[in-house]
Amino acid sequence: MSRPSDHYDSRPPAAESGITQPALGFGGWLRWFWRQLTSMRTALFLLLLLAIAAVPGSLVPQRSSDPNGVTQYFADNPDLAPALDTIQAFDVYSSAWFSAIYLLLFVSLVGCVIPRTLHHARALRAQPPKTPARLSRLAGFTTRQAPAGTDAATASESARKLLKAAGYRVTLFSRGDEHSVSAERGYLRETGNLVFHSALVGILVTVGFGSGFGFSGQRVLVEGQTFVNTLLAYDSFNPGRFFDDTTLDPYKLALEDFDVTYETKNVKAFGQPVDFTADVTVTHRGEGATPGEVKVNAPLRTGGTDVYLLGNGYAPTVTVKDPRGNVVFTDSIPFLPQDPNLTSLGVIKVPDGLAEQVGMIGFFYPTQAAGDTGAYFSSHPGLEYPVLTLRVYAGDLGLNDGVPTSVYALDTDKMTPLTGGDTGVDALELMPGQTGDLPGGMGTVTFDRADPDAADDDFSGSVARFASFDIHHDPTQGWVLLFAVLIMLGLLTSLFIPRRRVWVKALPQTDGSLRMEYAGLARGEDPALEAAIAAIADKHAAAVSGPAPLVPASQQI
Amino acid sequence: MTPNDLSILSLYSAMAVYALAFIAFAIDLAKRQASKDATPIPAEATGEVSNRRSSADGGSTITSTRLSARIANDAVAPWGRSPSLRVGVSLTVLAWVLHLAADVLRGVAAGRVPWANMYEFAMTGTLVIVTVFLVVLTRVDLRFLGTFVVGMVLVLLGVATLNYYVDVVPLPPALQSVWLIIHVFVATLATGFFALGFALSVVQLLQSRREGLVAGVREMRLRMLATLPSSTTLENLAYRVSIVGFILWTFTLMAGAIWAERAWGRYWGWDTKEVWTFIIWTVYAGYIHARATRGWRGSRSAWLAIIGFAAVIFNFTIVNVFFKGLHAYSGL
Ligand code: HEM
Repeated sequence: MSRPSDHYDSRPPAAESGITQPALGFGGWLRWFWRQLTSMRTALFLLLLLAIAAVPGSLVPQRSSDPNGVTQYFADNPDLAPALDTIQAFDVYSSAWFSAIYLLLFVSLVGCVIPRTLHHARALRAQPPKTPARLSRLAGFTTRQAPAGTDAATASESARKLLKAAGYRVTLFSRGDEHSVSAERGYLRETGNLVFHSALVGILVTVGFGSGFGFSGQRVLVEGQTFVNTLLAYDSFNPGRFFDDTTLDPYKLALEDFDVTYETKNVKAFGQPVDFTADVTVTHRGEGATPGEVKVNAPLRTGGTDVYLLGNGYAPTVTVKDPRGNVVFTDSIPFLPQDPNLTSLGVIKVPDGLAEQVGMIGFFYPTQAAGDTGAYFSSHPGLEYPVLTLRVYAGDLGLNDGVPTSVYALDTDKMTPLTGGDTGVDALELMPGQTGDLPGGMGTVTFDRADPDAADDDFSGSVARFASFDIHHDPTQGWVLLFAVLIMLGLLTSLFIPRRRVWVKALPQTDGSLRMEYAGLARGEDPALEAAIAAIADKHAAAVSGPAPLVPASQQI
Repeated sequence: MTPNDLSILSLYSAMAVYALAFIAFAIDLAKRQASKDATPIPAEATGEVSNRRSSADGGSTITSTRLSARIANDAVAPWGRSPSLRVGVSLTVLAWVLHLAADVLRGVAAGRVPWANMYEFAMTGTLVIVTVFLVVLTRVDLRFLGTFVVGMVLVLLGVATLNYYVDVVPLPPALQSVWLIIHVFVATLATGFFALGFALSVVQLLQSRREGLVAGVREMRLRMLATLPSSTTLENLAYRVSIVGFILWTFTLMAGAIWAERAWGRYWGWDTKEVWTFIIWTVYAGYIHARATRGWRGSRSAWLAIIGFAAVIFNFTIVNVFFKGLHAYSGL
């Protein structure tokens, strides 16, 4: 069996009546089941089912690509979400049902490709089939007449040469005084098809197992900070199942400078960022530092990892002192951007050194503006008029409970607000370089300038920026690419190389002339078949009856 | 006038001329409909028996390939002398030139390729659809699709200019990549071929209904169909156009994966846009399989080509505008 039995090009089943058949044994059932699974109809059905099954994952947020969206969905649809979750609607592409469909499809594919490969291997060595008795019923049937005296064997020999030169595999046949050539070409079509389907399996296997050998991790760096590629240095780290973290190459990556360029000429896009560049230096063990660059569409590939620039924002530097002027806290804190103009939100936690633990929720406006209600917003993402506002809380930061807490969130349940609301105290409001008092004489807060030497009214470099990097390692990407290329090549050959049989028959007529018949058979789509046969007929007829003297076939062999 | 103003002017002019071309093509269809000659000649008389047989029964390869070679008009009542067809094509070419100018001017105004937001994508996409149509016309007489193709382009351009228009703005860093040029352009090209395959499949379905009726009932409301090629020929044409689209789409998917790797650090992440690209790819793979499956050739496979194109349009409109995902490039 070369192709599934319900391929349009295979012979229709020989009146196989399943109903009246004697009871199938276990082996019989198994064979029947296998035949069903590897049929074209099943492949088609599973392909369409796969397409349908992929739809829900685009309607409902997915944990893999949009975890925050899932959280939001649960909040918005408290009744529906858990029900959807039980059918794995938030993990569609790793769900049992989705996996079942594509695994069945690939079992079917393997079951289909193996016998076809074996058959094709044999076909590659086989001779073209015997010339049919009657060509007139076949595609592109046409005849030519050769003048009296033309030898049939010679004519068929000349057809053989012509077809062979055109890349056909040829065999000569003779029956009585009738001589014919049977020729076939386009085996590459089937080869391409098999390469295509096998490469699909290759992709699935590489993607399925391959992801287990890599990792992905995230790390936020403020300008001036350095990261060492070790497990502990990551903010978050997701190793694959088979990944061994001792294989991490401990190179150092320092963020020297983060440059952003904003559009300033085009009024319609004023302030839109047009370039992000992270200038970094990379230091491998035992080597000097080398400068590098990470941009949005240009990752840095170093030390077996790929470093991507995924996000950025401002990291105001804040120093807190106790009433005696001792520094109890100083750090640059990444603030998370909330809108395109980089209104940013961040949290400062001061656990030690003050009378009580202090937490601050800060809003940073790179270019502060006030709305009609007095509410602040940022009107431009660049540093034109930077302002930091801080709401201060005192109490228990919850750091000692043993429960990990996010650096980006402040749990104020066990804390008392010292500013805003009913307290009658305004939130702190600082520009770079300014210092304010904490309520109740607890101490002071300074919004430090990142560029202490700059002019007072030039804020362009007054606040440090941070960049968030995704660092990945995926040893199988090259394989995926290789299979993708094979898929492409296989597809091109299998869809555009025609596979066809051609027959040329030379029939001596009673009047001594020679009647030459030509016909073909397409195997698969072959829109140019007739034209090709007509061309062969013309060329052959010209060769046979042309001016060149014909050499008797017997002398040639 | 800035280049962008000129671009808009040129685009509106192109739309006006497309509208005229549409009228010319429609007049041709109306004439076919009214034509007395379009009454089907008994099948036996034209020797077209085998053509007319629906290939849904898995008809032999021999028959279908003989027909596919004869891509020339194998209509029951051939129709080739309509002046309105010639006018339609000429106007389409004129509109295409204006359309091309609009597209190039937009690129000049933006200083980059003109396909970086939905407005530009629609403008370039429709330009490619018309280009594919005109190029195919030089090889196969598909002028009867003029009403359809030009009509679709007009609707899309109308939606684009009314709903998607955005001013020229610089490319955000996420889109600054050679892959924008390659990936998006090839996707557009694929869409052009799919659109033509879709049009042919629709006509194929209508035609095969007519063929089913011919034997029994002599009257058929859509008499113009008699002047169009047989459903088998239409099916073969649709297939050939669609597989070109499929190959381009396969490339689009792969190029997208390569770009995603560079931009987001992973080549595949089931982002909504990726999901829909995959769905479209799978549907067309199904279409190709259907064409090779006994019992699925003919009308059933045509439905898959239609569903596939519907998914392409859905992907471009609804998914871009309403679905959340990383591909936020609509510019709206
Ligand atoms: C992962 C699932 C599959 C995909 C994406 C897929 C895709 C394709 C594509 C794109 C083609 C046309 C290109 C070519 O001829 O190489 C094709 C052809 C073909 N496929 Fe598949 N396929 C899948 C599974 C299967 C299975 C399970 C079978 C066996 C039942 C199968 C049998 C065939 C056959 C026989 C052809 C040749 C059709 C012809 O003669 O024109 N495929 N497939």
